[in-house]
Amino acid sequence: MEWTDEGIILGTRRHGEGHAVVELMTAAHGRHLGLVRGGSSRKVTPLLQAGNSVRAVWRARLHEHLGTYALEATRVRSDRLMASAAASYGMQTLAAHLRLLPERDSHTGLYRALAVIVDHLEEPAVAGALLVRFELALLAELGFGLDLETCAATGASTDLIYVSPKSGRAVSRAAGEAWKDQILALPAFLRGPGERASSSEIESGFALTGFFLAQRVYEPRGLEFPQSRAALLAAPARAAAA
Amino acid sequence: MPRAVAGPEIERLIQLLARLPGLGPRSARRAALHLVRKRAELMEPLSTAFIDALAKIEVCGTCGNVDTRDPCTVCADPTRDRLILVVVENVADLWALERAGVVAGRYHVLGGTLSPLDGVGPDDLNLKKLVSRVHEGETKEVLLALNATVDGQTTAHYVTDLLRDTGVKVTRLAHGVPVGGELDYLDEGTLAAAIRQRTPF
Repeated sequence: MEWTDEGIILGTRRHGEGHAVVELMTAAHGRHLGLVRGGSSRKVTPLLQAGNSVRAVWRARLHEHLGTYALEATRVRSDRLMASAAASYGMQTLAAHLRLLPERDSHTGLYRALAVIVDHLEEPAVAGALLVRFELALLAELGFGLDLETCAATGASTDLIYVSPKSGRAVSRAAGEAWKDQILALPAFLRGPGERASSSEIESGFALTGFFLAQRVYEPRGLEFPQSRAALLAAPARAAAA
Repeated sequence: MPRAVAGPEIERLIQLLARLPGLGPRSARRAALHLVRKRAELMEPLSTAFIDALAKIEVCGTCGNVDTRDPCTVCADPTRDRLILVVVENVADLWALERAGVVAGRYHVLGGTLSPLDGVGPDDLNLKKLVSRVHEGETKEVLLALNATVDGQTTAHYVTDLLRDTGVKVTRLAHGVPVGGELDYLDEGTLAAAIRQRTPF
């Protein structure tokens, strides 16, 4: 068995004394692990850091085997990710989210989204909005997509400013007014592609996706919500206070 | 399957030695043969040393270092600079810094780094003790001597956030060209970090 694909490193774990098991998010083969011989060496370790893009050749005798990777770095980002707290937390959050996907299940859309986000993780204003959109896409890929196009109560497609926590569908201002304390806010940047997000809107976006990720994905699976996400959300406030 | 060439006691010794880092089955066999040959001069004192160490080894309740006393030799040393606290991932890193002899401060061993792939979260690290040491002691600077990996530096950022309210100065190791390193052989990440963190000359 052999294939070649592009991928982004999500994590690396030492294997034995000299090798490493590398976890990739690939374009066509989904989240895929493989052994890199000599992956713990001083020469190779810098390239096997989370966030780096690679060209991967995977080989195994049988499809179900772990297999071995031959990796060639195509874009090194780890040095920039390490330098910024928000970027480090963002990368760990993305990796934790992607581990919700079954292994070797192709999710090309999420891979493309990941490739865009990792290039902007050091820019908090851009990265926040991209991460919220990524979490929405992840929910959709896992079968829990939100319907933000029309109002759940009236069918209207304008003035949608709430989301029902029960149905995951948008609710218009008029229909949601009576329950505004019990329903979630729908930030403007999620209503149209061209909208630029303010920091409070990004916060609302994270609250929206965080609610559904926790309720529909993490809690039913008995998983803890990634600590890095909380640290990521707190990073701008801490930086402002410093 | 090859026939056994020695009794079960020696075979067991070989199997156990083969589990040590740097030793495979062949080198373990050589080491075992060497021990058997030097029973009185090496094997006996080695087994006594193993038994002594096993009975006395403990983890320092202050810093997380491994020693045969608590507090450990480093924590009990009155000549150490009490203003600097060096945070390291594991005992091997502490020993590496001591080998270099470049910092005379005290240490704090975290016991790992934040790694979702390995299921290591903040609760699995020796972080609460670090914060209480900084609050209680006379520490003025916390030096984060963690690995230059994404996991290591995420942990460094996390520790920095934890210590933000304590008022201590938090520093970290510089990243860049290693001593004796040739630019042609360096990876792009190291070169980029070195360029970004360049200093006046």
